[in-house]
Formats: sequence, structure tokens, C-alpha cells
Amino acid sequence: MTERIISCSDALAEALGEEMERDETIFIIGEDLTAHDGIFGQFKGLNARFPGRVIDTPISETCIVGAGVGAALTGMRPLVDLHFADFFPTAMDEITNQTAKIRYMFGGQAKIPIVIWAPDGGGLSAAAQHSQSLESWFIHTPGLKVVVPSEPADVKGLIKSAIRDDNPVVFFQHKKLFAQTGPVPEGEYLIPLGKGDIKRHGTDITIITYSRMTYFCLEAAEQLKKEGIEAEIIDLRTLKPLDFDLIATSIQKTFHALVVHEACLTGGFGAEIAARIGEELFDYLDAPVMRIGAKDVPIPFSPVLERYVLPQVEDVVEGAKRVLNRQP
Amino acid sequence: MRTTKEEKLALYKKMLTVRAFEEKTGELFAQNLIPGFIHLSIGEEASSVGTCSVLREDDYVASTHRGHGHLIAKGADPKRMFAELFGRKTGYCKGKGGSMHIADFSLGILGANGVVGGGFPIIIGAGLSIKLRKTGQVGVVFFGDGAANRGTFHEAANMAAIWKLPVIFVCENNLYASTTPAAYSLAGGSIAGRASAYGIPGYVVNGNDILEVRKIVGKAVKQAREGNGPSIVENKTYRFRGHFEGDPQRYRTKNEIEDFKRKHDPIQLFNAALAKEGTLTEKLDKDLRDEVTTLIEEAVRYGQDQPLPQPEEALEDLYTNP
Repeated sequence: MTERIISCSDALAEALGEEMERDETIFIIGEDLTAHDGIFGQFKGLNARFPGRVIDTPISETCIVGAGVGAALTGMRPLVDLHFADFFPTAMDEITNQTAKIRYMFGGQAKIPIVIWAPDGGGLSAAAQHSQSLESWFIHTPGLKVVVPSEPADVKGLIKSAIRDDNPVVFFQHKKLFAQTGPVPEGEYLIPLGKGDIKRHGTDITIITYSRMTYFCLEAAEQLKKEGIEAEIIDLRTLKPLDFDLIATSIQKTFHALVVHEACLTGGFGAEIAARIGEELFDYLDAPVMRIGAKDVPIPFSPVLERYVLPQVEDVVEGAKRVLNRQP
Repeated sequence: MRTTKEEKLALYKKMLTVRAFEEKTGELFAQNLIPGFIHLSIGEEASSVGTCSVLREDDYVASTHRGHGHLIAKGADPKRMFAELFGRKTGYCKGKGGSMHIADFSLGILGANGVVGGGFPIIIGAGLSIKLRKTGQVGVVFFGDGAANRGTFHEAANMAAIWKLPVIFVCENNLYASTTPAAYSLAGGSIAGRASAYGIPGYVVNGNDILEVRKIVGKAVKQAREGNGPSIVENKTYRFRGHFEGDPQRYRTKNEIEDFKRKHDPIQLFNAALAKEGTLTEKLDKDLRDEVTTLIEEAVRYGQDQPLPQPEEALEDLYTNP
């Protein structure tokens, strides 16, 4: 397969175009989709190519998600665009009480092939209501799958798997990564949900991360290398199901672990990963597992404040050194 | 809408079936044989049976926490319903749903719903799906007067109207949202009246008169099926039992309840009308009631005889794949 360098945004549009071509039950629904091909231009060309299958809605997030659920229950495969992940709370009943539970509560009668797609994350001075990382809410709700890709090639392979999955998938796209470029194979390939990826091999410490923090961790690894520390960077890509085998294999080699995410620290997914490592890999650990996450406040507006609240490359470097018991 | 004698008798029998199912459920619950929460629809049979009588088998309904009547009216099997109420493996939902969560997707029943107003967004999706698939189906969402105050109602009415979706909003206004009177909580006093804000038809119906329900819902279904968009039908009715079984009902008087039972019982009213026109004799009435009693007793026995699930089956049916 030929590879090109394209952005996450273009990788998403390309993947959806291929899927919509293949399966006419797929449609996209959400706010402000047709005028500019999505507010981030993420659905470039799809409305022109598939008329009637990219549907603009009123500002009614509850019914937008509900429309996806009802359509999924009756033979369609919707991708619901939630505009910003911060608007999830306006549709939480539809996601956590309906979407996540309908199959189970009705004894497995139904399948719900829906993707709820939402841009998340900070770094844009978009302030408290347009900058959040809310993945933990959905991981904590049985019945959903949660995807958090970083690089463009993963976006393409994962969105295709998510679209084809018969279960509800919450798919986050970090806003700062829309323009992130990388090599993406042309044509058909799938990346299974629940498979992480080692983005950098190393022997001294396992850094477990996802989404935009993957790039921060890769940068931190280059700095650590200068000090003789080789970090292995695991990009989880999917948080539910979780590729714990990949984490375990790496820790059995490095004996040290650091979890890094952009979501605020308390109650974040890092706590879950750290607990599982403690429960299942205690004998392999030379030091306690540590976590890096945002400080426990809403994301502030002023760039100087936002930078202080969100994890930075230097925080990862320092965290890794603390796990390794090196002086920072 | 013309209704033949045979159709009328079938409707009457269906209403008796719903009532018998509900009465038996109340009895079994009082004996601690059914666990959980139970919400009975006794008094509202004209709405459930009348509405479903004008639907095709492949049409969709989204039901409520007070859903037994809707399910039976749409064709659900009382045997599998009782098996579910008893928490058995062979119940509609393998014992995972219970009274508030019964569905039969093969009959277009998209599920009872434990969240008041939870059906609106789902029926919007079903309506959109019908439109995209061009199947000529319609979708009905049942809801109570309480749900008319949820945001989901307004979002759904707006969306259904702008897209001319083939859906019908069927309200069962039984005057109380749990303990709260509609007279207190419903601005404007009319749910059907809210339709004008969305530019769609709204009808106030004597919800205890099954033929009137049939006529008006039939009209709304025809409009929806022909691609002319949604309607709101407000069936004015009354629940004879509490919000839930065990409800102390301090929010209304015994006199009020007795008055409704005496004057507005949809089954008595239909019985009287059928007797008057000569469709129903005392003998036929007794035969029908006996048939229904037998059917419900058999359904209860079936349900009680079914095996319980194995505890670890609690971990099944969440995802289609790991």
C-alpha cells in the first residue's frame, strides 16, 4: 500500500468516504455539517459525494444522539457528530441510560451500531466549556467502547472498525490533532478496537498514554534519551476494551510505569490503569506506578493559566525520572 | 374509520386481556411473587389498544414505564412477559429487564423505558430511519402528561416537524405525573395545544373511548404514512391504580378515583356501547372473559414454570463481540 502524509482530519474524511461508499446504511448526523463540511472541516467532500446522508440538525443534542440510537435500532449505521465533547452532558441520558443499556437490558435482542464522535481536549484557549477530556465518564459506563486515537493512520483504521462494530462506540478526536499529519496508507485497512500500539521502543520505563499526550510523551522520551533513559511509549488508542496485555508485556521488561493523560488526575483513567498494574504486576515493579494528568480545576482561558493546568512535556520528563528515582 | 363487528370484538377482547394481565400482575406483586417496581395501566386500555389497532405489524412503538398495555396491544406474548416479570431465563429480556424494560424488536416494540420521556429521541431515530430506508412504516411514541414537560418532548416535536417524520406522539394524559397534578405542572393546560407551536396537528381525544382513539390516531397514522409529517394526539384518560403498586396516593381522593371508575372505565363504556348496538350479548361477554382469564392464567403458569437464569448469565448480552 502506498502511504501519503495527510492530516487526522483528512484521514477521517477518507475513511468515512470509503465506508459510506461500501455501505449505504451509514449516515452522518449533527449540527453545522453541510455548510463547511463540519466545523473543523472534518467531513471534507462527504456531503457533495453522498447527498442526503450528511444531515444537519437543530441544536438538540439529546435528540441528535437519540436519533442515532433509534436509527441504529432500526437498520441504519449512524455516525453522530457531537460538535464538542463538552456537549456530552446535554445528551448523557441518551448515551448512558439508553445507548449503553438497550442491548443488555433487553436481553441481547438489539444491536446498536452507532459511533458517537466528538472533538475533545484543550490547548486552544477555548476555556472551561470547550476544552475537556471526558473519556472516563464513558469508560465507567458498561456497554460503550471508547476510542482515543493520536496519529492519522490510527484515525483511519480505527474509525472504520468503529463504524463496522455492532456496538456503540464513543470516538474522541483531539482538537489539536485535526491538523496533525502523518503517513497514512491508501485504501482499505482496519485497526481492531482494543489494540494498543508501541509508538517508541525502550527498556527503562513504560509510559502509557493516548490521544495528544502520545506526542508529548514522544517528545519527553527524546529528552530522557539524552540522559540515558530509554522510554517505551504505549499509545493505547482504545481505552475500552483495554489492551492490558500490551501494558503487561512492556512492564515485564521495564519494571517501571508512568501513566499520562490530559484529563484531570482525580478519578481519571490513569487511576484504573495504575490499580490494575498494582493488582496484576506488583511483582514486576521496581517502583510505584505514577500518574500525570491535568490539575483538578476546569480548564482556564488565559494561555498562561491553561498551560499550567494541562500536563506538559516537562511534566512527563520529571514524572519518568521520579518513577526511576533519579534526581530531577 | 369503519370498524366491523369482528374488529370491535377483537378490540374488546384485547382490552380485557390488558386489564386481566395488569390485575393479575398487581395480585402477584402484592404476594411478593414479582420483584421490583410495577406500574399498571388499568383504566388506560382504550389508548393502548386503540392506538396499536391502527398500526401495521412492522410499525414501531416506543413505550414507557407503564408499558404492559402497549406491548400486549402491539402483539407481545403474555407468556414471555410474565416469564420476564418473574425474572426467568426465557422472559423477553432473559430476566435482565423486568417490568420497566420489555421489548420485542421482531414486533417493532423498541422497548418500554424507565426514563420518563426516554422514548421521544428514539422514535425520532426510528422515524429518520424509515425516511432514509423508504419503507412506509410509522413510529408511535407513547408518553404521559409528565413527559410532555421534558426537553426531549420539545426537541423531538421540533425535529419531527422540520423533517416531516412519519411519527405520532400519543400522550396518555392521566392527570398525574407520579404524584404531581398536570393542573399544577403543565403550562397552557394542553399537550395537544403545544402542537401549534411546531406547526403540526394536535388532537384532544376522549382517551377512554376506544373508537374515538382509533379514529383520531388512525388519521394521524395515515398522514404520517403518506409523508405529511407528525401529529400529537392527547388521549385524556385516568389510571385507576397508583403511580406504582404500593403508592399511598395522598395526592388524590378516593372519591375521585371511584368517580372515574364508575363513569369513565374504558372497558365498561365499550361494553355498554357494544351491548347497545347488539354486537355483544351477555353470553358472548362471559365467554370472552373466560377465554381471557384462561389465557392469563396459562401465561402466569408458564412464567412461573420457567427456569431462572444462571447467576453468571448477568455477564452476557452486553456487547455483540468482546
